[in-house]
Amino acid sequence: MKEKMRYAASPPANQEPMKLRKNVAVSEAGLLFNPVTGESFSVNPIGVEILKLIREDRSVDQISETILEKYNIDKTTFEKDYHDFVGILYNHNLIETNEETND
Amino acid sequence: MIKMRYERPVIKKLENGMPNKFGTRMDYEPMTHIDGHSVAKLIREYGSPLFVISEKNIRSMVKKARRAFETRYPKVQFAWSYKTNYVNAICNIFHQEGSWAEVVSGFEYDKAVSLGVDGRKIIFNGPNKSESDLTKAINNDSLIHIDHLDELYTITELADTLKKRPRVAVRVNMDTGVYPMWDRFGFNYENGQAWDALNKIMHSGKMELVGLHCHIGTFMLSPQAYGVAATKLAELALSVEQKFKHEIKYIDLGGGFASKNTLKGSYLPGTDTNPSFNDFAEAISTALLNSNFQKDRLPLLILETGRALIDEAAYLLGTVISNKRSSTGRRNTILDIGVNILFTSFWYDHKITPAQPFTQYTEDTCVYGPLCMNIDVIRESTSLPLLNKGDHVVIHSVGAYNMTQWMQFITLRPNIVLIDMDEKLHLIREKESIADINGKERIPEHLRKING
Repeated sequence: MKEKMRYAASPPANQEPMKLRKNVAVSEAGLLFNPVTGESFSVNPIGVEILKLIREDRSVDQISETILEKYNIDKTTFEKDYHDFVGILYNHNLIETNEETND
Repeated sequence: MIKMRYERPVIKKLENGMPNKFGTRMDYEPMTHIDGHSVAKLIREYGSPLFVISEKNIRSMVKKARRAFETRYPKVQFAWSYKTNYVNAICNIFHQEGSWAEVVSGFEYDKAVSLGVDGRKIIFNGPNKSESDLTKAINNDSLIHIDHLDELYTITELADTLKKRPRVAVRVNMDTGVYPMWDRFGFNYENGQAWDALNKIMHSGKMELVGLHCHIGTFMLSPQAYGVAATKLAELALSVEQKFKHEIKYIDLGGGFASKNTLKGSYLPGTDTNPSFNDFAEAISTALLNSNFQKDRLPLLILETGRALIDEAAYLLGTVISNKRSSTGRRNTILDIGVNILFTSFWYDHKITPAQPFTQYTEDTCVYGPLCMNIDVIRESTSLPLLNKGDHVVIHSVGAYNMTQWMQFITLRPNIVLIDMDEKLHLIREKESIADINGKERIPEHLRKING
C-alpha cells in the first residue's frame, strides 16, 4: 500500500465555517498554543487577524471582504493564500473536524 | 483610504533547541539597491533574470589581493583566469588592474589576443593544446605550461619547425596533505615525473624553461596546503639551478582560493570561516622566503586566482514565479532562475535576499528554478521571508563560473550589466534571442515542410 501522506492540501470541503479548536490559545502578539499537544506556533499579524475572524465564525467570503478592505491585495491572491493557511492549520490539528463538531 | 501592505498569513511551529536543516535566518534587511541602482528598476529595464556586476567590487578585491601578497613578497604577478569569467568587459577590468591572462584552450587564447593582451603575458595552461594553438603561442612568445609528455614532444618538434625557442613551464601535481589530491594535470612531484620532465626539457636545449606551475585544487579551505606546494616547487627550482646552473624565473601557484560562498554541507557560513587573501599570502610567501633562494634571486610569484576575485562582485536578480506546497506541506518557491544559468548552485548554498521590505516572519523553503527538470533546485532548504508571486530576489556571489559554465537549456541566457566606478550602467552581454539559436542550425531540404 502506498504510504499515507502527512500533509493534506486543505480541510474537507464541507468544513465551512471553519472552527478553531476551542482550547487553542492565540495571543495578540502571534503566539499560538495548543494545550492538548503542548505545541506552540508563531503566527504573523495577518494570520492572527484571520484566526480572530475564524473564531467569530465568519465565512471565507466575509473574511476575504474584511482583509481586502484593509490590505492592498486582490481577491484571488488572498483566497489562494487563505486556503493555504487553513490547510496548514488543519494539518497541525488546530481545526475541529466535522465529526468532533457533531458530537 | 490608503491600504496596508499585505503579507500572506503564515503559521510556523516553534521547535526551540531542535537542529533545523533549513538553518537560521540570515537576513534582516532587503537588498533594494546595488551600487545605487534599484533592483526593481534594473529588472524593469533589463528583464528578469539579470546578472549585475559591480566594477567597484572587482577593483577593490584586486587591490585587497595585491596588498595581501605584495606586502609579504617582493615580486608578485596576477594572471586573470579566463575560465572563471571571460566576459570581455570583465577580463579588461582585470587587465587594466595589471593582470596577465591565464587561458586553458585555443578559444580562450584567441579571446585574450582579441582583447589586445600582449602574447608574452598570456599563460597557456590545460591538457588540450592543439598543434595550431601551440604554434600560435610559440610565435607570440607566450608562456606554455606543459601538462603531459605528448605535449612536451610536440613542442620540441614545433621548436625545430618554427625555429623558435618556446618559453615553457612544467605543471606539477603533488600531495599537499589535502583531499582530494589533484593528480590528473601535469607531472607528479613525489614519483619523480616532474623531475623527469624538467630534465628532458633542459637536455633537449630547445625550450627555455622559465617557470614551475601547480594548481593544487579548487575552493581550498586550507592555506597551509599552498605553503606545502610552494616549498615543493621551490625545491624543484633549486634542484634545476643546482644541476643545470639555470635560473627558474617564476613559480606559479595557480588558483583555487576559496571565495566567501558557503559550500553545501558546511555547518557555518563561508563569510565566517573561509580563509582570506592574507591567510593564503602568509602561507605562500613564508614558504618561498624560507626556502633556499638567494635574496636577489627570488622567483616571480604568479597567482591565477579567479573565483575569490570575482565571486562577490556579481549578483543574479530574479523574480518569484509561484509559491506552492510539497506533498509533505513544505513551502516550495519557484524562481525564474534555473541551474542552467546558476551552475554554482550545485556546489554552494547561495545566499538569497528579497529585494523588497519584509517582516521578521520566515518560512522553511525549498527554492526551485523554472526548468521542467527535477534537478533544477537552487536551495534545498533555506529560511526565507514571505515572498509573493512577482517579488524580486537577489542571489549573492555568483561572479565565478556561472557566466562561463551556463548553458542555453530550455530558456535563453539573460543580459549581463556592469555598474561602473561612477555607478553608470552598461549592458556588457546582450541576452540571447531565438534567432541566435536558430541561426546556427540548418534544416535539410526534405525536413523543411512539416505539413503535407
